[in-house]
Amino acid sequence: MPLLDIRNLSVEFTTRAGTFRAVDGIDLSVDEGEVVGIVGESGSGKSVTSLAVMGLIPAPGRVVADRMSFAGTDLRTLDRGARRKITGKDVAMVFQEPMSSLNPCFTVGFQIMETLKVHERLSGRALKRRAVELLEQVGIPAPESRLSSFPHQLSGGMNQRVMIAIAIACNPRLLIADEPTTALDVTIQKQILDLLVRLQKERGMALILITHDMGVVAETAHRVVVMYAGQKVEERRASDLFARPQHPYTGALLDALPERALGKSRLPTIPGVVPGIGDRPQGCLFNPRCRFAKADCRTLRPPLFPDPEGEARCYYPLGGDMWGAPE
Amino acid sequence: MSENPVVQESPVVLEAIDLRKHYAIRQGLMKPLATLRALDGVSFRLEAGKTLAVVGESGCGKSTLARSVTMIEPPTSGHLLYDGRDVVGRSPAELKELRRTVQMVFQNPYGSLNPRKTVGALLAEPLVVNTDLPARERRERALAMMAKVGLRGDQIDRYPHMFSGGQRQRIAIARALMLNPRVVVADEPVSALDVSIQAQVLNLMMDLQEELGLAYLFISHDLGVVRHIADAVMVMYLGRPVEHGPKEVVFARPRHPYTRILMAATPRVNPDLRGERVVPKGELPSPLNPPPGCPFHRRCPHARENCAVDVPALRDVDGRLVACHYAEEMA
Repeated sequence: MPLLDIRNLSVEFTTRAGTFRAVDGIDLSVDEGEVVGIVGESGSGKSVTSLAVMGLIPAPGRVVADRMSFAGTDLRTLDRGARRKITGKDVAMVFQEPMSSLNPCFTVGFQIMETLKVHERLSGRALKRRAVELLEQVGIPAPESRLSSFPHQLSGGMNQRVMIAIAIACNPRLLIADEPTTALDVTIQKQILDLLVRLQKERGMALILITHDMGVVAETAHRVVVMYAGQKVEERRASDLFARPQHPYTGALLDALPERALGKSRLPTIPGVVPGIGDRPQGCLFNPRCRFAKADCRTLRPPLFPDPEGEARCYYPLGGDMWGAPE
Repeated sequence: MSENPVVQESPVVLEAIDLRKHYAIRQGLMKPLATLRALDGVSFRLEAGKTLAVVGESGCGKSTLARSVTMIEPPTSGHLLYDGRDVVGRSPAELKELRRTVQMVFQNPYGSLNPRKTVGALLAEPLVVNTDLPARERRERALAMMAKVGLRGDQIDRYPHMFSGGQRQRIAIARALMLNPRVVVADEPVSALDVSIQAQVLNLMMDLQEELGLAYLFISHDLGVVRHIADAVMVMYLGRPVEHGPKEVVFARPRHPYTRILMAATPRVNPDLRGERVVPKGELPSPLNPPPGCPFHRRCPHARENCAVDVPALRDVDGRLVACHYAEEMA
């Protein structure tokens, strides 16, 4: 049984302009000790998906799912109190901007100990010892003296380490990292990613890594989910996805990377932009930007088609029919 | 553009010679002022139609370099030559004239465009300030520039919030080109954009460069983008260039340990391109309190004793300039 099992998750926001589906029927499962990458551009619904898992979608947002279970517990039927026992303890999250996620008015030590007090009921010396230990684990030098630092006294990379220390304080079984390195410099990004992977391996923790950086997922994730306009458009093992992308959107995203086009030539581009609230097209959501779109792509909305390596939401996947059956 | 006939012959539009920018920083009421060497001896030449990429992390001085080159701030010392004319010691009127040759595109098109102005007004503004063209002529030029950067003419009366991030960056680029500059300083122009949009904007920049013979000073932390767009690369660390040379030479065999670490730290999709697995150690040091000797020695995996004492000079090794005592050994 997967650790996190989500079937047909949708998140809707009702505005004056009408109802907007930010997430549209996502299935997501994460096994114990697995690293799953969720990639997509802005507006693809990747962050909203993770907020829904954390139970952090604010009103008037509406979360609907056929199944949403964590370690066998149905998250949909939990009351607030029971849910808070899981959130922050067994499922923890690291956000993109460490500077705006930490409270500037409290010391780093206070913010780490807060979590430990609530979930682990630690106090006194044990509490402080555990906080120092956590800072040590995430590679903060002189952890004892850092407890009394305020976030503004630390660098972005150090603050992100503090965020990670808070997230792993209660030994979560699942850690969701939403663009954990986007605001950081490259060498610091490398350190943070290595730290996350090390913690994940040491603790057998499952990790959901949300990012727009294809390079980051390629280097860290076991399995990758590609999202577009609120839908999952492709899912497969990382090595398979980058070697043989099936959905034209995944293929086009990879082709647009400068890494793949050496020499001073023009990059292959994807025309247009991700559709927003009012302009979701008929048929396949990607069809107006797709080089391979045919007539039925413009009228029919494709479901996810399974193939031997994963699934892709496309009538005409790039690799043709991977089952090898005659057309 | 230029009235000097000698200028056309020289392809070098911009030359910086030993550019320095130091700031006096107040550290406390009773404490003496400290000197922050944001830019500490940068020299380069930029030719028409070419791109020099400046690479480095926070605090390396790339933004200060951009502010010096665009004459927003005068350098503390050194020289900056546009078409052979030094900007140091010019009168305000002459500076105003010189500033037209260089324009800037910023990282965040959400912050760099005035939300209360229409595209037409944004594009016409440089002309209002710098020329005495009549309103109709200004509008025509704005329309022509919109066509050039791939925006529809009927969008001229729209406001920035009605455009996507990629379109806004097109507007920012269009505005930078309104005065026919010869040099464009682009400070992380695509880092705020999604991958698919990033490719569109990079292509546009390359098209415009070809068409108008623009020289780009392209500031970026993304080595993938740099490798794609640059002709020459300058890697900076704590206000100084540590490696500087033609793109092919630097990327094929980086000679400075910092360049090598930057390359290894850049996440790659293709497993064959992933470099050695060096985990960079330590934090970026504060430019206010740089380490003695080689500024990189505390984070350098190859550092030896004299690195903590002797400051390495920039010297020619194997077709590029590099500031490392042991550059020959990096292979």
